[in-house]
Amino acid sequence: MPPERLLELDNVHVHFPLREGLVKAVNGVSYHVNKGEVLGIVGESGSGKSITARAIMRLLPKRAVAPEGSIRFRPRSGEQYELSALDRNSRAIRQVRGQHIGMIFQEPMTALSPVHTIGTQIMRTVQLHKGLSRAAARERAIDLLAKVQMPRPAQMVDAFPHQLSGGMRQRAMIALAISCDPSLLIADEPTTALDVTTEAQILELLKQLQSELGMAIIFITHNFGVVADIADRVSVMYLGRMVETATVDDIFYAPKHPYTQALLRSIPRLGVDQGRRLPTIPGMVPDPFSVPSGCAFNPRCAHMVPGLCDVTVPPEKMFGLQMSRCHIAEQFAAVQEPAHV
Amino acid sequence: MIAFIVRRTLLAIPTLIFISLIAFLIIQLPPGDYVTAYAAQLRQSGEHLTAVQESLLRDRMGLNDPILLQYWRWITAIVLRGDFGYSLEWNAPVSSLIWDRLAITLALSSISLVITWAIAIPVGVYSATRQYSVLDYVFTVFGFLGKGTPDFLLALILMWISFVYLNMDVGGLFSTQYQNAPWSMGKVINLLQHLWIPLVVLSTGGAAGLIRVMRANMLDEMGKPYVETAYAQGLSERQVVWNYPVRVALNPFISTVGWALPALFSGDVITAVVLNLPTTGPLLLQALKMQDMYLAGSFILILSLFTVVGTLFSDILLAWFDPRIRYA
Repeated sequence: MPPERLLELDNVHVHFPLREGLVKAVNGVSYHVNKGEVLGIVGESGSGKSITARAIMRLLPKRAVAPEGSIRFRPRSGEQYELSALDRNSRAIRQVRGQHIGMIFQEPMTALSPVHTIGTQIMRTVQLHKGLSRAAARERAIDLLAKVQMPRPAQMVDAFPHQLSGGMRQRAMIALAISCDPSLLIADEPTTALDVTTEAQILELLKQLQSELGMAIIFITHNFGVVADIADRVSVMYLGRMVETATVDDIFYAPKHPYTQALLRSIPRLGVDQGRRLPTIPGMVPDPFSVPSGCAFNPRCAHMVPGLCDVTVPPEKMFGLQMSRCHIAEQFAAVQEPAHV
Repeated sequence: MIAFIVRRTLLAIPTLIFISLIAFLIIQLPPGDYVTAYAAQLRQSGEHLTAVQESLLRDRMGLNDPILLQYWRWITAIVLRGDFGYSLEWNAPVSSLIWDRLAITLALSSISLVITWAIAIPVGVYSATRQYSVLDYVFTVFGFLGKGTPDFLLALILMWISFVYLNMDVGGLFSTQYQNAPWSMGKVINLLQHLWIPLVVLSTGGAAGLIRVMRANMLDEMGKPYVETAYAQGLSERQVVWNYPVRVALNPFISTVGWALPALFSGDVITAVVLNLPTTGPLLLQALKMQDMYLAGSFILILSLFTVVGTLFSDILLAWFDPRIRYA
C-alpha cells in the first residue's frame, strides 16, 4: 500500500446464500481511503454500502459468506492488518474495532444500550483498549462528551439514552466511536434518522472533529446534499458494485456514469425548473435474485447500447482520479452536465 | 428511586384492603355455609342434624350475623392481634395450621425457582446464540416435552421409578421414622431423598417454558442495533452477549418473580396432592371444599398478600434493573 493509504478494499464480495438463491449483496467492490480524508459513499437501499462497511469491521451477519477480495488496513500505529482474513470474533479484529476504527450507526434511538448510562458505555471501551482505571476512564468519558458538545457533560455522563434527545444520543454515539482516537470513523447514515437542523449540527461536529483529530471518515448516506457538505471524494454504488468514484467536484459537475447523472437530476432544487415534473429514474431497482446481465443498470439507463450493455459487465475506466464503470463513459467526458446542488 | 418505592408501597395498602374484602365475600358466595357442608358430611356417616341443631351451630359460630360484621370481626382480629380465626373443620386456630405448611411451601418454591432460573437462563442464552445448532434442537425438544408433560404425571413416573427401581421410600417429605424425630444428619439425608422428586417436577415444568421465553427474548434483543454497537466497540462475543442482550432479555423474568410466589404457593396443588407434600395447596383445596371460611379466607388473604408484595418486589427490582421503568 502507498504510504498515504489507510484502507484499501480490493474486489470485495459478500454473498448471502438464501433458499431463494444467492444474493450478491457486494459484488466486487474496490476502493481506498487515504489518511485524514472523507470518503462519501452514496447509494440507494440495498446497494450494498452498509454491508461493505460491515465487511471492513468483520461484523457481517453469520449467514454471509465472503468468497473473495481483500481488505487491508494500516492505522496510525503502523502495523498492517489484513482484515479480510480475520475471524469475526478474533482477538486481532477486536483490537481494531473501537480502537482503530470507530463506527456510528443510523439509529441513535436504538444503537445505544438502553440499560446502561452513556458514561458506562464509553468507559467500557476506553477501559478495554486504553487500560485506564475506572476514575480515569470516567474523566475521559466526560472530556469526550464535552468534545462532542454535549451540554453539561459532567451530569450527562450518568444519563441513560432514553433521557436524551435524538441529536444528543447521536452525539453520545460519536463520543463512543471516537473514544480511543481511531484512525478511521465509519459513519453509516448517521444523520438519516435526525431532523434537518440536528443533521446540520451533527455534520458540523463531524467536520470539526475530523480536522481536530485528523481521522479519516467513510460517510455512508443516500443524500447527495450531505455528501456535498462533508466529503472529499465520493463513490456511488448500485446493486453491489461501485459505479463511479470521483472528487466531490467531479461527481457534481462532471459525472461520468448515467446512474450518477440520473440521481443528480432527480434532486429537487430551490427556484429552478419550477412547475416542471421532477425527473425520475425509470423502472425499479431489480430484484436481488435476478440482477440483469451485463451492466446492472442497463434496463433503466437512457444511454443503453443494445448488444453491449446488456451482455458484458463494463470494466472500471479511469479518467485521472475519476473512475466510471460504464461502457460509454468516454462520451460523457465532453458533455458537461450543469449541476446546481 | 426512593419516591418510586414509597409511592408503590402506599398504593399496595388500599389494594390489600380491597382484596381482603372481595376474598371474604367470594367465599360466602356459594349456597350454604360450613354448617350445611358439615351436616352433609354427617349424613354420609349416618348421623343427622335437626334444623334446630343447625341453627344453634350457626348462632354459635356467628354465621347468622351480617356478612360485613363477620368480615369486620375477622379482619380486625388479623390486623390487631394476628389472629386468623378458627378453622371450623379442624377445630384449631388457623394460624397453627398455616405457618408450618407455609414455611415448607416457601422453601420448596424458592429452591425450585432458583433451579428453574439456573437451568432456563443459560440454556436459553445458548439456544439463542447458537440458533438451529444440534443442541438448540435438543433443548427445543426437551422444552416442548417438559412443557407438554403434566406435572402430576411426571411426579407419578418419578415416584414409580424411584420406588420400583431405586427402592426408595416416596411421598411426603420424610420417612415415617423421621416424621416426628428431632433434626439429625439422618433426617437431613432423608429429607434430601424425598425432596428431589418435587424439586425436579416443579423446576422442569417451569424451566421448559422459561427456556422458550429466554430464547425468544434473546433472539429479539440480539438483532437490535445496540448489540452491533457493542461488537463495534471491540468487546468479545461473550462480553457482548452477557452484558447487553442478556441484561435486557432478563426483564420479563424479573417482572414475573412476583407472580412466581403465589403461583408456586397454589399452582402445585395437584403435584402436592400426588406427592403427599405437606404444603399449603392441598389444605386450601380441602378448606374450599368444606366452606371452612376462616381457613379458606385466610389462605386467600395470604395468597393475595404474596401477590401484592411479590408484584411490589418485582416492580422495585425491575426499576432498579431497567432505568427506563424508573422515570415512566
